[in-house]
Amino acid sequence: MSVFDQLGAGRDAVRLWFAPARVQDEGETPDYRFSLANERTFLAWIRTALALIGGGFAVDQFLTDHLTHWARVALALALLAGGVACTLRAVNHWVRCERAMRRGADLPVSRFPSVLALLVAVIAVAMVLVVLFGWAG
Amino acid sequence: MTTVRRPAESDRDPGLQPERTRLAWRRTTLSCAVTAVLAGRQVLHSGGASAALAASLAALVFLVFLWLAHRRMLQLGAPRPVLLPARSALAVVACMVALAVFGAAVVW
Repeated sequence: MSVFDQLGAGRDAVRLWFAPARVQDEGETPDYRFSLANERTFLAWIRTALALIGGGFAVDQFLTDHLTHWARVALALALLAGGVACTLRAVNHWVRCERAMRRGADLPVSRFPSVLALLVAVIAVAMVLVVLFGWAG
Repeated sequence: MTTVRRPAESDRDPGLQPERTRLAWRRTTLSCAVTAVLAGRQVLHSGGASAALAASLAALVFLVFLWLAHRRMLQLGAPRPVLLPARSALAVVACMVALAVFGAAVVW
């Protein structure tokens, strides 16, 4: 897929968020249980986002003995940004899954979970190192 | 307590899907409460009038989420619940983004 195709797909997805009725224009309504499962997946991602955002607050409040001010700010902002990314991805994935189910197409796949997992792992290892070696400011 | 309307026998749902979805909304509301409390704690440390304003903002975000979840849980009481309105999904997203922006502003 070329860059332009990806941009077009992205624009299409954003348009879908704001004109949700368009999802119902095509295909046929799936079994409501599948839609509810999709909704639960959406909520699970929202909880992940909430955890990241809460983690951002927690870093700033509870790591005062371990990190310098700027390290704390950077880490907190990274976690907050991760939370926002998670949220946007949640609604985007929800709409795309709903559309795929209506069309009878394959569900969308993405590498977002792997990227998020790697990011969290890197942050966790960094925190362990900071605490073990007492790299406080 | 929300009353659970029992669907007709022909509508028996072996997976208890509406129940599970309702519980998912409840879990998410709880997570939102924890995050909002952390956000409020963040600003109350500094004290002052602006801190009170910021804390009420965090509380407001939580109340909006609570209302959204409550409305959806009522919808899920129907034997064949309708699809989650995209407006609600977008409102949830707006709540999360508001919390994150709030956090970024305070941390900064």
